[in-house]
Order: sequence, then C-alpha cells, then structure tokens
Amino acid sequence: MRFKYFWNGIILENPVLILMIGLCPTLATSISARDALGMGIAASFVLVFSNIFVSAIRKIVPENIRIPVFIIIISTFVTIVDYVLQAYEPDMYKVLGVFVPLIVVNCIILGRAEAFAYRHGIFDSFLDGLGKSVGFTLVIFIMGMVREILAQGTFFGIKIMPDIYINNSILFMLFPPGGFLLIGILKAIVNKLFLSK
Amino acid sequence: MNISPVKVFFASFLVQNILLMRYIGLCPFFGVSTRISTSFGMGLAVIFVMLLATLITYPIYHFFLIPLNLQFLRTASFILVIASLVQFVEMFLKKSYRQLYNALGIYLPLITTNCAILGTTFLVIDYRFHLLNTIIFALGTGLGFMLVIILFAAIREKLDYAPISHSFKGYPIAFIAASLVSLAFLGFANLFGASL
Repeated sequence: MRFKYFWNGIILENPVLILMIGLCPTLATSISARDALGMGIAASFVLVFSNIFVSAIRKIVPENIRIPVFIIIISTFVTIVDYVLQAYEPDMYKVLGVFVPLIVVNCIILGRAEAFAYRHGIFDSFLDGLGKSVGFTLVIFIMGMVREILAQGTFFGIKIMPDIYINNSILFMLFPPGGFLLIGILKAIVNKLFLSK
Repeated sequence: MNISPVKVFFASFLVQNILLMRYIGLCPFFGVSTRISTSFGMGLAVIFVMLLATLITYPIYHFFLIPLNLQFLRTASFILVIASLVQFVEMFLKKSYRQLYNALGIYLPLITTNCAILGTTFLVIDYRFHLLNTIIFALGTGLGFMLVIILFAAIREKLDYAPISHSFKGYPIAFIAASLVSLAFLGFANLFGASL
C-alpha cells in the first residue's frame, strides 16, 4: 500500500514529464548516456537523503524558518556530491560543470521537501524520494541515450551503429536545439499515452 | 581570465545565451513566457536581481571565503545570501519605491530559487573574471534572458490561435518552438569572436 508513493513518482507524477520541473539539468546534461546517468544518480542521492533528513527533523523545525533549514540540508548534500564527483570522476565533472552545484535550486528537491517530507514519516519520505529519483533518472537517461545514439552512433562510448551512419550522423541532436526537440516529442508521447481524455 | 569586456558582453548576451544555449533558468522561462507584458516584468526583475546578486556574492567569495579557505561553503552561502537579498529588496521596494514594487513585486519571490541567478554567480567565479567583467557578464546575461523570454512570449501568443494536434498542445509545441529559436541562436556562434 505504502509503495504507491514509490510507483507514483515513476509515471503518474513523473517530475520531468508530468510536473514539468527540473528541466534545466534534464536538457543540459543529457548529451550522452553516461553523463545523463551520472547527473541522474547525483540528483537522486541529494533527493533521497534530503527527504530522509527533512522528515527526521520535521517535528523540531518551526514552521516559519523551514525553508532556510531545507536549503541548508539540501546544500550540504549537494556539496558532498560536488566534491565526490570532482575527486573520483573529474572527466564527468567537466561535462556536468555548473549543473552539479545547481542541484541545490532544482525544484524537484525543494518541492518534495516542502510538499511531502515535511508532512510524512521517514520511511514514506524515503520511498517518495526514491520514486521521484527513479522517474527523473529514467527520463534523463532516455534523453541521453537517444541523443548519443543519434548524434554519435555510440552507446556508453561503444560503437553500435554502422560506419556509414556515424559518418553522416545527426549532429544536430548534440546541440541545444536537439535537446528541446527531443523533450518536446517525449512530452507529446506522454500526453498521448497517459493524459488523453 | 583576461578577456575584453566587449567579448564577454556578446558571449553572455547572444552567443552563449543563458536560456537557449546553456539551458539555465528554464522552469520560469516556460512558466511565465505566455504573455509579453509578464515576460517584460520578469525580464526586468531578473536583470535587477542578477546584477545585485553578483555584486554581493563576488566580494563574499574573494574577500571572505578564499582567505579563510572555506570554498566548500560556496553553494550554501550563495543560496542563503541570494534568498535573503531578494527578501530584503522586496521589503525595501515595498516601503520606498511603490511604483517599482508594483511593476516587479510579484516576480521577486519567483526569482529566489531561479537557477539563472545562482548559475550566473557560479559562472563568474568558474571563469575567474575580474570585477568589471563580472558586472558586464551579469548585465549581458540578464539582457539575454529578457530578449529571449520576450521573443518567446510573442511566439506563444500566436501559437494560441494555431491549429495544433491535441497531444502537442501546451508544453510540447513550446519546446519545439524553443528548439527552432535555439537553432537560430546557433547562428550567432563566433560573433565578434566571442566565446568563453
């Protein structure tokens, strides 16, 4: 029963494609499957742990100062992710760049802290954070995969398309316009499948 | 980094436009850009807060965090400073400049967690700009934001009357329009050799 909090985040309340929040990292870091997965995992780590901590201290935080407290908690985890990535994945950190510290203003994370974790128990908040994380990571990974295959003919850096395609690939998908086009088409597909009345 | 202010201006204004080329600040962009008048107000508020925020965070980073070796507090301190700054500006305008408050007031709370502001304050530090370039960069970025959001509002006002298939109504067609505008901005690449 409680697992509905988890499943909701994946399709019915998918943060990117249904709630339309967290668009910036989804578009900016989905240029290859590997970078997209890295961004997805980084944001998921922050979301799950900030949800758990906000929920754990919800009874001792006064209503009036809750937003600054949430921001401090979130930025602590963002700083951890920032330094871990810099130390262990410097190449990926170069690509993700300013978007790693910008996780702190990602509307998904503050939104879940405010709308869910502040009012629910620790386990429910953990499930909710995990569900939203999987939903976000799924969308950003699909975008990264499609863009990498169309623009470079590779998947996680492994060649999967014939040479004739790679020599004439759709480089357009690697640039910003390709990202906008792809998310527009994805949103239209989701509208057709899940929101048609 | 020593780079001429003219190049910094054109790079931040057009070549690496914050919305269409860098993808920073998209949530308010798609949310607000439905009418030209609201886009204009939002654009003005963003320019205003962006200049103030970079002017305040720049000295904090260079004269406070670096000497004390506290660079890891950058994310936490900047977001708190910007949030309280916006709150303060809102109260100040409400008391002293009623007309300006009526024009910008409703957009100010929206800007607090706008990644465009925070992103700009991080970028000027990552690019190691000196103070003049920092101000030029903040101004160019703000103007670029305003230009694109107004251009885009004009397109979306026309889109309301276009026959669009059901599943493409609303966001999907806005994304595809953004893709075309962004394609046009790719044409600015290497304008005056401006690139960061």
